Amino acid sequence: MTTIDLGFPGSGGTHGVPRLAPDALPQTKKDFTSDQEVRWCPGCGDYAILAAVQSFLPSLGLARENIVFVSGIGCASRFPYYLDTFGMHSIHGRAPSIATGLAVAREDLSVWVVTGDGDALSIGGNHLIHALRRNVNMTILLFNNRIYGLTKGQYSPTSAEGLVTKSSPLGSVDRPFNPISLALGAGGTFVARTMDSDRAHLTATLKAAAEHRGTSFVEIYQNCPIFNDGAFELIKDHEQAQARLMHLVHDQPVRVGDHHVVIRDHHDGFEVVGQRSADASRIVVHDAHAEDPSQAFALSQLDGPEMTHVPMGVFRAVSRPTYDDQVRGQVAGAVAARGGRADDSDLGSLLAGKDTWTVS
Amino acid sequence: MSSTQVEQLQGVVIRFAGDSGDGMQLTGDRFTAETASLGNDLSTLPNFPAEIRAPQGTLPGVSSFQLHFAQDRVLTPGDRPDVLVAMNPAALKANLGDLPRGATIVVDTDAFGKRNLAKVGYASNPLEDDTLESWHVHGLPLTSITVEALGDFDLTRKEKERAKNMFALGLLSWLYTRPLQGTRAFLKAKFAKNPEILEANLTALMAGYHYGETTEDFAHRYEVAPATMPPGRYRNITGNTATAYGLAAAAQRSGLPLVLGTYPITPASDILHALSGLKRYGVTTVQAEDEIAGVGIALGASFGGALGVTSTSGPGLALKAETIGLAVATELPLVVIDVQRGGPSTGLPTKTEQADLLQALYGRNGESPVAVIAPATPSGCFDAALEAVRIATQYRTPVILLSDGYLANGSEPWQIPEVAELPDLRVEFATEPNATDAKGRPAFHPYVRDPETLARPWAVPGTKGLEHRIGGIEKADGTGEISYDPDNHDLMVRLRAAKIARIADTIPDLAVDDPDGDAEVLILGWGSTYGPIASAVRDVRLAGMKVAQAHLTHLNPMPSNTGDVLRRYRRVIVPEMNMGQLALLLRGTYLVDVQSHTQVRGLPFTSSDLADVIAAAVVGDAPKTVDPDDTGALDDGADDLPADDAPVAAPNESGANA
Ligand code: SF4
Repeated sequence: MTTIDLGFPGSGGTHGVPRLAPDALPQTKKDFTSDQEVRWCPGCGDYAILAAVQSFLPSLGLARENIVFVSGIGCASRFPYYLDTFGMHSIHGRAPSIATGLAVAREDLSVWVVTGDGDALSIGGNHLIHALRRNVNMTILLFNNRIYGLTKGQYSPTSAEGLVTKSSPLGSVDRPFNPISLALGAGGTFVARTMDSDRAHLTATLKAAAEHRGTSFVEIYQNCPIFNDGAFELIKDHEQAQARLMHLVHDQPVRVGDHHVVIRDHHDGFEVVGQRSADASRIVVHDAHAEDPSQAFALSQLDGPEMTHVPMGVFRAVSRPTYDDQVRGQVAGAVAARGGRADDSDLGSLLAGKDTWTVS
Repeated sequence: MSSTQVEQLQGVVIRFAGDSGDGMQLTGDRFTAETASLGNDLSTLPNFPAEIRAPQGTLPGVSSFQLHFAQDRVLTPGDRPDVLVAMNPAALKANLGDLPRGATIVVDTDAFGKRNLAKVGYASNPLEDDTLESWHVHGLPLTSITVEALGDFDLTRKEKERAKNMFALGLLSWLYTRPLQGTRAFLKAKFAKNPEILEANLTALMAGYHYGETTEDFAHRYEVAPATMPPGRYRNITGNTATAYGLAAAAQRSGLPLVLGTYPITPASDILHALSGLKRYGVTTVQAEDEIAGVGIALGASFGGALGVTSTSGPGLALKAETIGLAVATELPLVVIDVQRGGPSTGLPTKTEQADLLQALYGRNGESPVAVIAPATPSGCFDAALEAVRIATQYRTPVILLSDGYLANGSEPWQIPEVAELPDLRVEFATEPNATDAKGRPAFHPYVRDPETLARPWAVPGTKGLEHRIGGIEKADGTGEISYDPDNHDLMVRLRAAKIARIADTIPDLAVDDPDGDAEVLILGWGSTYGPIASAVRDVRLAGMKVAQAHLTHLNPMPSNTGDVLRRYRRVIVPEMNMGQLALLLRGTYLVDVQSHTQVRGLPFTSSDLADVIAAAVVGDAPKTVDPDDTGALDDGADDLPADDAPVAAPNESGANA
């Protein structure tokens, strides 16, 4: 497998999670494959993502029993059943909240959320933005196929305007979300996009996401051959991709294909121009670590329904204290300040309070 | 000292009422603390507007605090006040209807100016016309005496006026011979950083006390002797505090960390406030983005091996329903506290009701049984929280604890338990594979059940060899794999129901209080109606009638002997602050023709009303029930007036005649 470097040193995403004993046999993809029959439609992009995740997880070197996948409802949300880790297939849209409870309660777990565009952005939108805002240490994989698959083909909150579906026979008039812009707007500390069919990029993105301490948000373009086939064809076709894909690499000029770059125009907007004719001083250099998310947001907005320019990679990766670490820190601080967790005599004093009287 | 006579009383009901900015809740709290320290038994009922600051001086802005204290067992905050302290015309008008003739009214005459009178529609000053001729009125210029007492203080007039509640507290403390040390200490702690305000409050408090001593206004002072209560150490406690402490105690007794996932909602928020300060007890609180996230966080924590708890009120319980269903399917422990309030919808946020019983039992899709328990008294919330945790962890099930606004904010003395005597709630997580797979290797099957409890193993992430997946989809018995098999679904539905039913093996029988064993009428309640029912039963028995009383604290499952108890009585009356939800359950479950007596006024039953109902049943008349078709009865204000022609006069348990 080719490996690619997105330019991120680990930031302790799995710190505190027990590692595989040094003398243990190295884990393989097989160890992470459950005995359940996979039930997605033939040709579904979910297969490629599953294979990539199963192959990638061993490389983390974590004790398998300390990895937990939590999902919601939708095609993507069947994911945990196929992984031989701990898992919960929960209810529609709620996986981030369940994962938050788990991550807060257990520092020693590597917590993953698998969700889809309907699950995360429609019914569960509130939990998604609040997970991002809080920066709970977990990795959210959003499989975006721009359609409702499990309910058999209604438009989703990422479907293109005008999409004709079972529930929009005259074309959808809903404006779609740009999930990356949304995640950046919610204060996401790690925001990335990758694609089901690009195994190397997907794997590198998973790695960077897992290593980030905080909420890592990864949008994965995923083809649904049954209800929205070819939604991403324009960027899967090699030739087209050359003209359209924008690979974000930290500290590198933002390129579109091999011959174009993004420059800042005279109105402070972004423009894609031929590399040769570009004014070197105006070429946009990607800074994923910038505190100010404006540039990352502007890049995310270059994307549109026509997929003229589709940025891929890590838009943002900044370090900020995580919610769960801080919550645990407060508990630990309160315990330490009084010389240990409360014992029975402390509990007795708590129950008694300050105003007591005795009846003899 | 003045020549005031000291008179002994059995008990008194005092209501402090004023504008919501007048500090009546604080005044009531302090008077309660003083009273508790004297050893009286007591019960309190705060009543405040839903609005944080309703327009000043208006009826909606009236906030009150009622306290009943006595030298014998106090079961309710009292039906009708013996004394009303009214800080303005609105407070007088809003509360006058509850006062029996002959009661005492203390008013701040300074607040009875034209504007304040007009705000509440008094055409003339009730202190000057004959409006109040049936009551003993003490009109005192509370505001101006307070301002005068604070003459030397470097404070604005407004700030001085604000101390008038302390003046009133001082005066009432003198009138009922309450000590002031506790309040002085309380003020010192509260205003430690603001010495000028502290001194002003202390001065106002003492001025009120001395005013009582020197004025000729009050011919009597009163004493209420300490109650005879079981020996032990006591404190005063509200239901919400008791709930929070019960949860903290459960965390300690189980050795598990507690994670509260919750969203602020009246009247449950105080549980969050209390628990957020108990981090040292292994308590983590997460204030979630919404009710659904609150319960999701709790369930996620439970999956991780913590005690997952969520707290809410009725509208929030509705939002949590789907996640509770997931907890039913995943068979994980989960404690859901519902502090019920008036509904439907937003309803009456600060008022009490018992109308979530059926929602708790059935308010989810599918056959989704959960355990439901309900404390009977404010201090009973402590035991109920421990019991909820016991059932949840032992049976791996959601448990809904139904408190209500009356229990949550009401308070009573509580005999402080010995920690070592609290139930042992230690749990065992699964550590080993419990099955073999097709190839004969050790495997873990998450839905293999304990033969006794039918509970499945609690196998937490991080346990090697126990990796497994659970979720909301129907699972195969034993293996826990996804299963759409019809027979398996039928089996699983029945197993989940049987598991909840088996909880009955570990709960006490329904106890019946039937002193001579020959009563023909049973009065059966649940939840916070205990106090008014017990008080009514006591009154009816004092009048020479026989009545049995029983009270359910376990609503699902009910105690095993419930049906037997019901069938033993010729007539069973079930009073509820809803439209007859328990009655419906009892009739459906036990085929017993119980008679429902209902009230949904956002207020607890008065014991005198219940005494009338019981007495009527005992003498064989049709009990006074509210016919659902006769909605007029609900609005009939006459219900609120003293029942002069009641078949059995409820003895005035307070005995106050001030
Ligand atoms: S409906 Fe679409 S997304 Fe769902 S499994 Fe089938 S191909 Fe995959």
